[in-house]
Amino acid sequence: MRYAYYPGCSLHSTASDYQQSIDSVFKKLSIELTEVEDWTCCGASAAHASDLLLPVVLPAKDLVKVEKMGLEVLVPCAACYNRLRTAAHKIRENPDLRKKVKEILQADFQGSAKVRHISDAVVNEYGLEAIGKLLEKNLKGMKVVCYYGCLSARPQKIVAFDDPVYPSYLDRLIRTLGGEPIEWPFKTECCGGSFSVSKKDIVLKLTRDLLDMAKSLGAEAVVVDCPLCQFNLDFRQEEVEKKYGVHFGLPVFYFTQLLGICLGLREEALGLKKLNIDPFSLLESKNLRQ
Amino acid sequence: MKIFMEDPSRSFATRVNEMIGQNIDGCYQCGKCTAGCPVAYTMDFPPHEIIRLVQLGRPEEALASHTIWLCASCETCTSRCPKNIDIAAVMDALRILALGKGQTQAEKEISLFHKLFLEVVGRFGRVNDLYLMGKYNLLTLNPLRDWRLGQKLFSKGKLKVTTPRMKNPKEFQEILKRTQAFEGKKA
Repeated sequence: MRYAYYPGCSLHSTASDYQQSIDSVFKKLSIELTEVEDWTCCGASAAHASDLLLPVVLPAKDLVKVEKMGLEVLVPCAACYNRLRTAAHKIRENPDLRKKVKEILQADFQGSAKVRHISDAVVNEYGLEAIGKLLEKNLKGMKVVCYYGCLSARPQKIVAFDDPVYPSYLDRLIRTLGGEPIEWPFKTECCGGSFSVSKKDIVLKLTRDLLDMAKSLGAEAVVVDCPLCQFNLDFRQEEVEKKYGVHFGLPVFYFTQLLGICLGLREEALGLKKLNIDPFSLLESKNLRQ
Repeated sequence: MKIFMEDPSRSFATRVNEMIGQNIDGCYQCGKCTAGCPVAYTMDFPPHEIIRLVQLGRPEEALASHTIWLCASCETCTSRCPKNIDIAAVMDALRILALGKGQTQAEKEISLFHKLFLEVVGRFGRVNDLYLMGKYNLLTLNPLRDWRLGQKLFSKGKLKVTTPRMKNPKEFQEILKRTQAFEGKKA
């Protein structure tokens, strides 16, 4: 299997552990990722909040390259995934916009490039059955909530690759790994996303609600596939605890980290030390330390 | 009560509709957008009232609101609207209009963050967290904001001092310039 790969800015910085675990897991699964050459930022929230054309132009610039590669492009960040897919959709639907973008880029995006979230490729294409055959360890007895967030679910017609309100692809993966995904009502609630810096109080409140629900239902960890969600839930968790006088102590894993552990990969290859809330006592209690 | 909709009032709704290809006149104020909005609790006008302000042609209140900046673009409203109105896109349109008028006082830190974010992207092609945070902290006169968090991220190798150099920065900057010029032509 071979894909083009658009990591997005976070994967080189605040989510370098996500990147590490993707590299290791994909190597193990023999899935080849070819990074889009000289890719640039998708524009994130800032572009669509400030301009009408920029949020289409920025992704389109790299989609043109993807189209030339003749591959589907995998995206690990829900925000980048959403922006790339939305831009591709808008250009396909609107010939006038396509013309404008072509004039700006001096290159034409014809609309054939398919943008996929990395989880979609792992769970739905590589497949859980194939993964099941490669497992060396299991998450037996580990209770987790899978948190999907907003941007790979909405707008549903453009981005969703599972049920947009109550998705289950990560839950199914965790079950394949032998863990116990807990049913919970906040799978696609918002964590505050990019307000982590400019309006932190919103993020602290929303992540409090999420962590509180997870904890109250008996979760021992949270599983995510978005670097923004991970950052807010993990690196803001102690602030949430301090502000609201609560204690959660919930590790927040990227799905690729738990998958990697079960594939028998080394802890160092999965960036586990880069998590903020200590994951090791939980892993130890489930006999998952090396 | 009778509400008289004068011509100038229609022009605001028409403008917003045209910007984003929506028909907000379809909104019958069911409030479903507001019911599902995760940030409605801290807004001055809940989302359905913003839509109403646009329908009624009251740009002053809509564009000066905190709401348009506080929208987190989670798109819950958009996905639930029974009239298929892309409410999150309406918020974008209103932010863009407010920005065009320099009217960002309601939540100036949020709009400053967006501005700096795009400045960083224009300069480096990718986000450089250290540069972005540093400049944001300086300009908001809060140099030590998230200092400890920054230290922690740095010690875990999650905060990079530099971003990889673009192979073709000039071409990228030309694209940004042409984008801006296009916007200018339209306005």
